[in-house]
Amino acid sequence: MSNSAKAPLLLAAGFALPLLSACENPAGLQTEQLGFRGTGMEQVVNPRVQPRQAPIPQTLVLPAQEGEPLARDAYQNVQVLGDLPVSQFNALMTNITAWVSPAKPGDENSGCNYCHNPANMASEEKYTHAVARSMINMTRTINQDWQTHVKATGVTCWTCHRGMPVPANYWVEPAPQRSRGLLQGPTGQNMPRASVAWATLPYDPFTPYLAGAENIRVVSKEIHRSPGHVRSIQATEATYGLMMHMSDSLGVNCTYCHNSRNFGSWNTSREQRVGSWYAIRMVREANNSYVTPLAVKGVFPANRLGPNGDAFKINCATCHNGQPKPMGGISMIGDVPALAAHPPGYGATRAQMIGDRVKGALEAARERIEARRAAGEAGAPADAAPVPVASAAPPAAPAG
Amino acid sequence: MALLSFERKYRVRGGTLIGGDLFDFWVGPFYVGFFGVTTIFFAALGTALIFWGAALDVRAGTGSWNPWLISIAPPDISYGLGLAPLAEGGLWQIITICAIGAFVSWALRQVEISRKLGMAYHVPVAFGVAIFAYVTLVVIRPLLLGAWGHGFPYGIWSHLDWVSNVGYQFLHFHYNPAHMLAVTFFFTTTLALSLHGSLILSAANPQRGEAVKSPEYEDTFFRDVLGYSVGELGIHRLGLFLALNAGFWSAVCIVISGPFWTRGWPEWWTWWLNLPIWS
Repeated sequence: MSNSAKAPLLLAAGFALPLLSACENPAGLQTEQLGFRGTGMEQVVNPRVQPRQAPIPQTLVLPAQEGEPLARDAYQNVQVLGDLPVSQFNALMTNITAWVSPAKPGDENSGCNYCHNPANMASEEKYTHAVARSMINMTRTINQDWQTHVKATGVTCWTCHRGMPVPANYWVEPAPQRSRGLLQGPTGQNMPRASVAWATLPYDPFTPYLAGAENIRVVSKEIHRSPGHVRSIQATEATYGLMMHMSDSLGVNCTYCHNSRNFGSWNTSREQRVGSWYAIRMVREANNSYVTPLAVKGVFPANRLGPNGDAFKINCATCHNGQPKPMGGISMIGDVPALAAHPPGYGATRAQMIGDRVKGALEAARERIEARRAAGEAGAPADAAPVPVASAAPPAAPAG
Repeated sequence: MALLSFERKYRVRGGTLIGGDLFDFWVGPFYVGFFGVTTIFFAALGTALIFWGAALDVRAGTGSWNPWLISIAPPDISYGLGLAPLAEGGLWQIITICAIGAFVSWALRQVEISRKLGMAYHVPVAFGVAIFAYVTLVVIRPLLLGAWGHGFPYGIWSHLDWVSNVGYQFLHFHYNPAHMLAVTFFFTTTLALSLHGSLILSAANPQRGEAVKSPEYEDTFFRDVLGYSVGELGIHRLGLFLALNAGFWSAVCIVISGPFWTRGWPEWWTWWLNLPIWS
């Protein structure tokens, strides 16, 4: 072979070798078909690169005794769990300790002492005491009102905490970042971040969607530019960033929910997409009603806050930890019914709260429709006008 | 079609790979040969099976005679590497055999013509790279993943849906390093061809009354522009190199997606982010 013929071959080998060095082993791959044959809707999983799960600790289950006192009567300053019989209260405390802050030898602040002053268990001097109350309320809200997402499987403290006081995965608002040099810009170009599965997409997909109420509606329903579709490239990329996070958090690819021939179409999407539509709203409520208020009230110390002073907040990875179903779908809620729902009083308060919000939304929608009618705009007949409903609206409901 | 006076000179017997004198003749301008017959056989059978499959789908109420929408889908993944019933992907399997049979026959017919003319085998080798890319999609990658169902459907629109969904199986396919190379080679091929084509036309179309310009002018043009001319023969070597690499890296980019990488392609690049130089 002449030297001139060798050069391109060497060049090709030079490209190929670094490629090979980063490969996975193809033996024992698991594939799953998710759609009609030949549509390319598949999960391809290499079990060797799947995340390892911590073993689930044994849940303490105590039988309730006949006629035993309630926790609020037996102990002082029990605000959230006061209606539990003492035995159930104590079992839950034991379980929470094992799930969130198991006792470590030599660490005086672990175990019960992570939240309590051992000399006075009723004392609220530790900030974690207030956090735990809010987290118990949050867990009950999720299990009671978000079965659209968590189904009957439910969640417990373990789902996220896995034996750690702070769950392994959380998010904070990042300090403002700009890429450097000629390509400087605030949109995340040339800044690969784990938050978007190492793409150079907008690096904070959480603030707009999991704290704010931004919608993910970037696919136009019409061919031409229209008032109903005013989304920008930036909004599209931010959406893509959130989707990267979702995929990465669940260890799945885009076709787990979508048929990519039309990402926005519900009738060609998988059922799983409905669950994650509710998940976005569930996480938003968990952050805005149970996590962020603690930071606003100044409960968290500085080492539990992000660079902008916001709390460590929840995203998909917080519960899922790289699995399509957290802990592979194992349900623990049957052993801790105390976390499955709020006592009646709390539910009524919250229903009232939500009811007011829905009433406000309905009135606003009615005003919009009437304003449109007054403006004489031709369009859908009045009975087809979109009106948000109390059940958080079916996913197909359009909104600007 | 009339036989041009010089063509008879090149219509020589022999050079066949198989069958001796069998089918060693021309029909009009076309050389037939054993592999011409096998090409026609496989192509006709495969096309007929596609129409039959479309008819089955229309009868089942799931198909259409709209040529854009006809689709012959591979079997369910659950059939693994076995045979599937005809209406449930078996047709796809036979049509795949027909397609490979027709493509390979065509390449071997090119070999026979090359042999008759005493030429080297650049043309069949180049076509072989395109066949390799197709075989990678419907044979090699499905074998590595363990099921024929990983092949793409034979339909004008349906295969595009497959491409889109398989791309999104890896979250962001633009980060696939072999895809980057393939796309770069495709674009560079068109750049090289447009530079070459415009250069030849400009030399062959001088001002009225002037002589057609020689290759020295062409070389000088690019020496003036770029400081270098790759030369008359060289541009064709370069063109072939670019084109074959485009096809080759396309095959690589899909065969590594799944068998050799199951996560999002952006994550693959963490080896770069984690280099000890800056991490």
